[in-house]
Amino acid sequence: MIKPFLEVSGLAKVFHGKGNSKFTVYDDVNFSLNKGEFVCIIGHSGCGKSTILNTLAGLDEPSSGAVIMNGKEVVGPSLERGVVFQNYSLLPWLSTLKNVEFGVKARWPLWSKAQVRDHSTHYLNMVGLEHALQRKPSELSGGMRQRVSIARAFATKPELLLLDEPFGALDALTRGVIQQELVKIWNETQQTVFMITHDVDEAILLSDRIFLMSNGPNAAIAEAVTVDIPRPRQRNTIFHDPGYYKLRNYLVDFLVNRSEDKSQLDGQRHPKSVNPLKDAGSAELDEPAPAHHHQPLAVNQ
Amino acid sequence: MMQSLAVRATVLSLVLATVLLGLWEISSVAPEKSTEMTEYEMLMGGAEQEARVPPPSAVAVLAWEELSNPFYDKGPNDKGIGIQLAYSLYRVLAGYFMAALIAIPIGFLVGMSPLMYKALNPFIQVLRPISPLAWMPLALFIIQDSEASAIFVIFICSIWPMLINTAFGVAGVREDWVNVARTHELSHLRTAFQVILPAAAPTILTGMRISIGIAWLVIVAAEMLVGGTGIGYYVWNEWNNLDLTSVIFSILMIGCVGMLLDLALSGAQRLVEYKE
Repeated sequence: MIKPFLEVSGLAKVFHGKGNSKFTVYDDVNFSLNKGEFVCIIGHSGCGKSTILNTLAGLDEPSSGAVIMNGKEVVGPSLERGVVFQNYSLLPWLSTLKNVEFGVKARWPLWSKAQVRDHSTHYLNMVGLEHALQRKPSELSGGMRQRVSIARAFATKPELLLLDEPFGALDALTRGVIQQELVKIWNETQQTVFMITHDVDEAILLSDRIFLMSNGPNAAIAEAVTVDIPRPRQRNTIFHDPGYYKLRNYLVDFLVNRSEDKSQLDGQRHPKSVNPLKDAGSAELDEPAPAHHHQPLAVNQ
Repeated sequence: MMQSLAVRATVLSLVLATVLLGLWEISSVAPEKSTEMTEYEMLMGGAEQEARVPPPSAVAVLAWEELSNPFYDKGPNDKGIGIQLAYSLYRVLAGYFMAALIAIPIGFLVGMSPLMYKALNPFIQVLRPISPLAWMPLALFIIQDSEASAIFVIFICSIWPMLINTAFGVAGVREDWVNVARTHELSHLRTAFQVILPAAAPTILTGMRISIGIAWLVIVAAEMLVGGTGIGYYVWNEWNNLDLTSVIFSILMIGCVGMLLDLALSGAQRLVEYKE
């Protein structure tokens, strides 16, 4: 069997409080990513998604477990893993172009000025910012800032791209447009992407697989759901796909009813791979339901 | 609207200046003597018994004379105002830049490393409140040169605001920006120069601006003590000469030069400022 591109095994994060008290955010997180795959991770706030992402980035150290990328353990930040932060993290004293050039220069220190500029401009064009090269981040809207941040991350051509809820602070219209741009760039560059989101529709639109996290403390990735909807997917037509609502209901059902349930993690290797569109187990969710129809919150135990 | 506000402010300033100078001019005119001069007064050439603050008109006349020939040098006791100011500026800038050379790197260190912060903080807290002039006797004894001692006093008084502001600015750099440097595998040196320095620059410049203000305040007092040259010495010397017109004139010059120094630093501050 071929080794996966990235493998995470037994990852745990424990915070030590006063005295002997400790708080386990998540433990025994296992998953792997294939080369060129787009994976979204969904879970309730506080289950440690961002910490997992920071650990993949090398910005945070795990309490136990390991991240192996290309057969090597991740021990610190690297240009092979680009990060798009939720709050954009642009350097406010640099113009749009200079912010992207910052990344490109770090990646290829021997490039000439013209080379750096051409490469950076190319990626800014891809996100439709050719008219705003000389503007400072403070003069850009939230959506434009996130585009710069995405351009900076893609321009350095990392093997793995980590997106920490990149569209969380954007309005729905802007979000839709940038999602489409993201898919376009991803198609062209074939990079591996790992992304945190809270938005089920966004996850279905973008992902090959969706990781579902159970709630913390002691959270874990409970299921890896295959998104069996053919690409290219369009934001305005994807919900006509026969499998869309079935998949969507499956995800919502997990988040609303099952994410508290720890028993599903016991005694088996997780995440469990599921394909709601093929598996027979989820037959009760066959009927397409309107998007806003959420099942009432079940009281656990 | 903005322009009309500026115009109105200028008009108001001019009115205030006219009123205040007018009051000063009127109040410093000697009252007319109605009685005949006594024999003693005639012997004294009619000089007044009571010294008066000279009126602004007299100051203006002197200012015109001094400023039309600011760089004459007629021996140790009679130098042009330009020469005196140049001496003071030289001392201030020498002490100030030496302080910057030391304060900014140490401030960086203190801001970056919690260990250095804890280790150096007691020294800073004890040394900072010492009046710079209190160092003067020790400086004179150790350095044995009044010129260098004056520069040392400027050095010691300008170092603290720069050091503390640099440390504060460096410690307050947003973690996100440092993470950007880390994910781009920047070396420590590059991170310091390309991320932390520009991020902390506005705070550092604020410290430098405070420092130059304090240095210009202190140089006057220091030069009164060490004597010889400089605007502080000039003020004291003219006081000894009982030439109050020159005293008032030099006070105004101290204010003007101080304002120019502050303007220069605020210009530099504007260059490094950024909006988040």
